[in-house]
Amino acid sequence: MTEARAAGRGGAAAPSRLAGWFQALDGRALTVGSLALLLVTAFGSLFIGVSSVTPLDVLRLDNSDHQMRVFVESRVPRLAAILLAGSAMSVAGLIMQTLVRNRFVAPSTAGTVSSASLGLVAATIWFGSASIFLKMSIAVVFAMAGTLLFLVLVQRMRHPDIIVVPLVGIMFGGVMQAITTFFAFKYDLLQSLNAWTNGDFSGTLRGRYELLYLVGGLTVVTYLFANRFTLVGMGREFAVNLGVHYERVLYGGLCLVSFVSAVVVVVVGAIPYLGLIVPNLVTMAMGDNLRRVLPATAIGGAFFVLACDIISRTIRYPYEVPVGSVVGVGGGFVFIILVLRARSLGR
Amino acid sequence: MAAEPLASSPRAAALVLGFHPGRARTVLATLLVLFALAVTLFMTYDLKGSLDYALELRGRKVAGMALVGFAVAYSSVLFHTATHNRILTPSLMGFDSLYVLIQTLAAYFLGTAEFLQIDVRLRYGLEVLAMIGFAMLLYRWLLGRGDRDVYVLVLVGIIMGTVFSNLTELVMRMIDPNEFTQLQDRLFANFSTVNQDLLVVSAITVGLVTIASWPMLSRLDVVALGREHATNLGVDHDQLVRRALFVVAILVSVSTALVGPVAFLGLLVANLSYQLTGTFRHRYTVPAAGLLGMLALVGGQFVLQEFLEFQTRLSIIISFAGGIYFIYLLYREARR
Repeated sequence: MTEARAAGRGGAAAPSRLAGWFQALDGRALTVGSLALLLVTAFGSLFIGVSSVTPLDVLRLDNSDHQMRVFVESRVPRLAAILLAGSAMSVAGLIMQTLVRNRFVAPSTAGTVSSASLGLVAATIWFGSASIFLKMSIAVVFAMAGTLLFLVLVQRMRHPDIIVVPLVGIMFGGVMQAITTFFAFKYDLLQSLNAWTNGDFSGTLRGRYELLYLVGGLTVVTYLFANRFTLVGMGREFAVNLGVHYERVLYGGLCLVSFVSAVVVVVVGAIPYLGLIVPNLVTMAMGDNLRRVLPATAIGGAFFVLACDIISRTIRYPYEVPVGSVVGVGGGFVFIILVLRARSLGR
Repeated sequence: MAAEPLASSPRAAALVLGFHPGRARTVLATLLVLFALAVTLFMTYDLKGSLDYALELRGRKVAGMALVGFAVAYSSVLFHTATHNRILTPSLMGFDSLYVLIQTLAAYFLGTAEFLQIDVRLRYGLEVLAMIGFAMLLYRWLLGRGDRDVYVLVLVGIIMGTVFSNLTELVMRMIDPNEFTQLQDRLFANFSTVNQDLLVVSAITVGLVTIASWPMLSRLDVVALGREHATNLGVDHDQLVRRALFVVAILVSVSTALVGPVAFLGLLVANLSYQLTGTFRHRYTVPAAGLLGMLALVGGQFVLQEFLEFQTRLSIIISFAGGIYFIYLLYREARR
């Protein structure tokens, strides 16, 4: 696997001490271990919150009980939403960095997320309080269009460089956001916009998060297509030679990424840098074989969001802090380290 | 890619050789006239009711916007020279978000009530000091090693800005919600509500800083040629760069305290001034950029409130135009 890894990243992945440690471990053992850690943390997170709920309350299985209702209506949906959104966004980021062949390209650095929120504002202006499905569909279309526009921008660059491409993406996202704010301001939607741009799980209740299961299903679908994404990531000629329908897989993959991003923005709001740092950290440790790192990325993403959400629930107890801000601080620092590291290793 | 793709040095040298002072002077005169026109229009258009009151109110607004426009433009030009490129600006490096963070942290650790009781001037002075300290640290960490690529700096700077604003958001949530609203009214201004308490202090600060740093400008022309040329010509490059960044930290604090972060304004006006004046001589580019900044804010706000009835905010338009211009710059520079 080591050869493939060095080749896939343009030789940028010189073995670091950290990667060395992880490679000493079997990839499968690592995945199983992190899954166990995730499950324990997930179980624990069910009992963190303002109303005190203990495992014993749940075991009584009394549906009229207040504790039981808090558990079923709020705690379990919240956990499900965290796991689904965290894993789906991380996998989406992994697919995107493979397809675009730049590991700093993710939904939040390619204008996908900001285009989705522009779509939401547009849907709200055009259709008012339309059904969530309609809004979501429009957001998906916008996210797709924005991502394609970004791709066109990248293809027209003479030297699509690992640093300049995400820079263009972030700026493109900024322009999209300016347009979104313009319309949100004009039609008095700034408050709704704020909910979409800052991820928060505190409003996740039963009946308000189920769209995320769609996204969870799509994550499973990506696993089935993983090898094709890998081939497309190796370049057009290579993929076509091996009998892969290049355009179909490329655009299909980007469609998938846009769909996942749009749904997550609709249900929980944007979670900055999630799709960027988790895949980077996982591939640093486990190499670039998409099919092999995909489950670990999903687990890692879910764990990262869960950990950040636990922080956001406890740091200002009994109040809550939006999880987007916690991720923004932690993820931002990791991103900075990744950028500086990429540069010091040379291109 | 070349080692310094955005370096101004070769181009600066070329432009200095073929430089026409007449053109730069014409540009400056035109901008001055336009700015005077914008101020007059802003002050007198559709004047109703009590004349004294209206004039005073508008005068304060104009003064605030002019101060911010000048501070942002001047700090951006200085920053461009100090970092030897034309796309990094203090606000892209997250300096203004850093100021907001310092302010919020001070309120959190001192307690909101105590924080607001401190004399405005003292508070301001302390915040500016903290800002200078942190900005210098940030600068040494990021730019201290000369081999860093400009694009890496910009990317890191942008991420840093989002980290600072997310941290601000977190600290704000840690403050009691009731106290927080009180704080928000006092601390977070925008173009429509320029922070009035600080107007006089800010004007004095900007004035003093500008007078003190003006003699430095001609030596900065030499700094713009690059470290080696500058040293050969007998200019202490590193010391001048440090001084320029010191001035930048003060100016960013002033403008952020008055109206909050203004992304991209500096980038736009600084680059426009290089293009219009056709030179890299600071004696021309600084006044031109300053006038452009003031003109953009006063003129823009005037158009916005008189003809568009506040349908949008100036900051939205600036970040739209600035983002597109930035992408254009990336394309143009990366093509070489």
